[in-house]
Amino acid sequence: MARAVSPRRMILTTLAAWTVALIIFFPVLWMILTSFKTEASAVASPPELLGASWTLENYVEVWARSDYPRFFWNSVVIAVGSTLLGLVIAIPSAWAMAFVPGKRTKDLLMWMLSTKMMPAVAVMVPIYLLFLQFGLLDTRIGLVLVLMLMNLPILIWMLYTYFKEIPAEILEAARMDGASLWNEILYVLTPMAIPGIASTMLLNIILAWNEAFWTIVLTTTKAAPLSAFIASFSAPQGLFYAKLSAASAMAILPILILGWFSQKQLVRGLTFGAVK
Amino acid sequence: MGKIQLTKVRKSFGEVDVIPGIDLTIEDGEFVVFVGPSGCGKSTLLRLIAGLEDTTSGVIDIDGKDATNLPPAKRGLAMVFQSYALYPHMTVRKNIAFPLKMAGMDQAEQDKRVARAASVLNLSSYLDRRPGQLSGGQRQRVAIGRAIVREPAAFLFDEPLSNLDAALRVGMRQEISELHQTLKTTMVYVTHDQVEAMTMADKIVVLNAGRIEQVGSPLTLYHEPRNKFVAGFIGSPRMNFIDGAEAAKHGAHTIGIRPEHITVGDGPWEGVVGLSEHLGSDSFIKVEVPGLGTLNVRGPGELGVHHGDRVKLAPAGKIHRFDAEGLAI
Amino acid sequence: MSTHSTRLAARFMVAPSVLVLFIWMIVPLAMTAYFSFRLYRLLSPDRTGWVGFNNYVWFFNSPDFWLALTNTLLLVGGVLVITVVLGILIALLIDQPVKGQGVLRILVIAPFFVMPPVAASIWENLFMHPQNGLFAALARGLGGQPILFLEQHPLPSVIGIVAWEWLPFATLIFVTALQSLSSEQLEAAEMDGAGALSRFRYIILPHMTRAVTVVILIQTIFLLGIFGEIFTTTQGGPGSASTTLPYMIFKQAIVAKDIGRAAAGGIIAVILANIVAYFLMRGIGRHLDA
Repeated sequence: MARAVSPRRMILTTLAAWTVALIIFFPVLWMILTSFKTEASAVASPPELLGASWTLENYVEVWARSDYPRFFWNSVVIAVGSTLLGLVIAIPSAWAMAFVPGKRTKDLLMWMLSTKMMPAVAVMVPIYLLFLQFGLLDTRIGLVLVLMLMNLPILIWMLYTYFKEIPAEILEAARMDGASLWNEILYVLTPMAIPGIASTMLLNIILAWNEAFWTIVLTTTKAAPLSAFIASFSAPQGLFYAKLSAASAMAILPILILGWFSQKQLVRGLTFGAVK
Repeated sequence: MGKIQLTKVRKSFGEVDVIPGIDLTIEDGEFVVFVGPSGCGKSTLLRLIAGLEDTTSGVIDIDGKDATNLPPAKRGLAMVFQSYALYPHMTVRKNIAFPLKMAGMDQAEQDKRVARAASVLNLSSYLDRRPGQLSGGQRQRVAIGRAIVREPAAFLFDEPLSNLDAALRVGMRQEISELHQTLKTTMVYVTHDQVEAMTMADKIVVLNAGRIEQVGSPLTLYHEPRNKFVAGFIGSPRMNFIDGAEAAKHGAHTIGIRPEHITVGDGPWEGVVGLSEHLGSDSFIKVEVPGLGTLNVRGPGELGVHHGDRVKLAPAGKIHRFDAEGLAI
Repeated sequence: MSTHSTRLAARFMVAPSVLVLFIWMIVPLAMTAYFSFRLYRLLSPDRTGWVGFNNYVWFFNSPDFWLALTNTLLLVGGVLVITVVLGILIALLIDQPVKGQGVLRILVIAPFFVMPPVAASIWENLFMHPQNGLFAALARGLGGQPILFLEQHPLPSVIGIVAWEWLPFATLIFVTALQSLSSEQLEAAEMDGAGALSRFRYIILPHMTRAVTVVILIQTIFLLGIFGEIFTTTQGGPGSASTTLPYMIFKQAIVAKDIGRAAAGGIIAVILANIVAYFLMRGIGRHLDA
């Protein structure tokens, strides 16, 4: 509850809060500004703001001359694909743990989370070799698999947290009404959990989109998503600052927008319901 | 048809025997109420009949067929839950039609049955609303509607009125009784409220710690309780129990007298009025009687006594006698 | 509480996730363990064989290993301290009644959604670059010399970048926790004569412990694997100044092409992660409702 405060104090705190917020946001803002400057203007010293020459050229060029659209499309396929595949495995699992809990349910959840603590780099070579063996290197399906596995524990945890809030009686009612297990999940649980499933999906897409280890290690060109593309984007002597900024802006904008929509769920999701 | 027979039904959760072993027959068309204090196993027993829990051992027959290992859907029973358990994302119409849809019934028949149930339950004008837009009583009726469309062998009610406020509860109680008159289907009803049990039941099953204390009609339980537990549980205010010398006079370890079976005016017992409550139609007083303890007395109309008055009391009705084990003599 | 059939069904429902996660964990780990005892160099593929603990010995004898270990702990610890302290302060600030709270939050949370390579490249090129970066321009404007961030202070620079990425997450969680603090409790404390500092010390801070624990636990999970930021900016250099354990293993595999040693490093990293995980899980278990 907000308490009544004096107008003077309100002005002061507003000023302070906005200053802090703008400082935090400034790097993103500066990048976006740079993306609209000419290359010369981008590296001008002292930095140009009002007097800069503005242009859309960078976006046009990045989109047309680099393979940007392909990287972008790879990112979409990998993020969405791994999320959907993960949901197919996670929903039944979370259903079972939320509604038919056993003595070991909590241990199982902990174990799943602990798989996320394993340093990815420790298993890099085996995964690389396995990918080589099965022809998965630099394929989108390969990355979909790896990112799905990487985020599966979070997916299960989040869904579990949301499912726990659905009263078990409703599922029992469905059972009494003659619904098979499949119908119970399809007609009753899933529609009731849609908001939870949606925010879980959103968060998982964000995590997958921003992943920057496996995407760098396991792809070269064909299946490389934006994170790998940006990581390898070299800017020798700042010759391509404006274009780099434009490419970066295009890489983060979709996720920034998705993220802004899901910031409330982010807290619940990533803290597994421990902070509400 | 809806005869339900339990034979040596036992349920344990791990080491704990929630129900150590129950034999019970529920006749077709009967309105049976399971009543008892919380934790007595009445809800568990209902869930065993529903098939939402496994029996640890024993047999449950429904209509003469062994249903012990059948899944809930195959038992032909319908259940009304305490929280109503309506599907919040479906309209009232879809809620009521859900069991029919699951049974694969054709759309025309579904519509016909939903319309019939809705008119019986006065829900016709709410069919396109969602449960969230309904009052507690209306939700309750939707839950009942969802149960009756299937024309089940028996209805199971799990404390269905406990979420309603007092006034609504009386109304719904009568509606459920009327529904039973109309449908003449077996109903098994769980409650902790003995007033519900007394007013609705053909047969009451009093449960305590997973055991059946007594089975009988409401008035049998009132007049001839088999033991102290039943005597104390049925009837409001609670029966007075007196031990010691006064009980020995009647050749018992303990005697019990219902508050309404004590008259104020003249008599062998004398004491001081503590609490007195005057409802107009009835008066309840607590009298501190030396040697006997506090006696609850219920009198018709105005008793005209107040806190601090000295009154004389006399037993004027049946005196229940119990032995040292609490069994009626 | 349920029937045998639902419990059986539940087991079938859990099975796929347990199975794939188990395979995902055990197969690569077993392979890594196997390689760690082998001589396996991509540059001399003819020479193979068992080498016992040689790969491990090499790691423990390498000065880089101890540096990398220290760097890893400094990175995780530094980021945690910065994000928790600043996060609480910022949360206290933006939880006040201020104008435009909605937009404010969107600005503050933004860095969290910026993918690591982009975050790193913004900082590396637009801010820390010794010629063209904004910081250099600022230093020159003030009449000083540009600081060579990534060249002379590589680890603090990386810590700064990562802290910027994670600060929003910590702040957001702290704000959420603050909002669940009842204002009545604060008012009661005020009636009891507690000043602003005492209210913070005795009411707000204890209320936040759970949130702080959660922030530490969740961030550690992600911070132990930090890779993209280092890969994009310093490549672990100059020398090994900003090499963390994961990055060192990465270099052994990709640059030195010595799979055996990289695998030994991997196993060491797994053991370390398990030690950290053990303590985290014990802490997390108490704080998560399962």
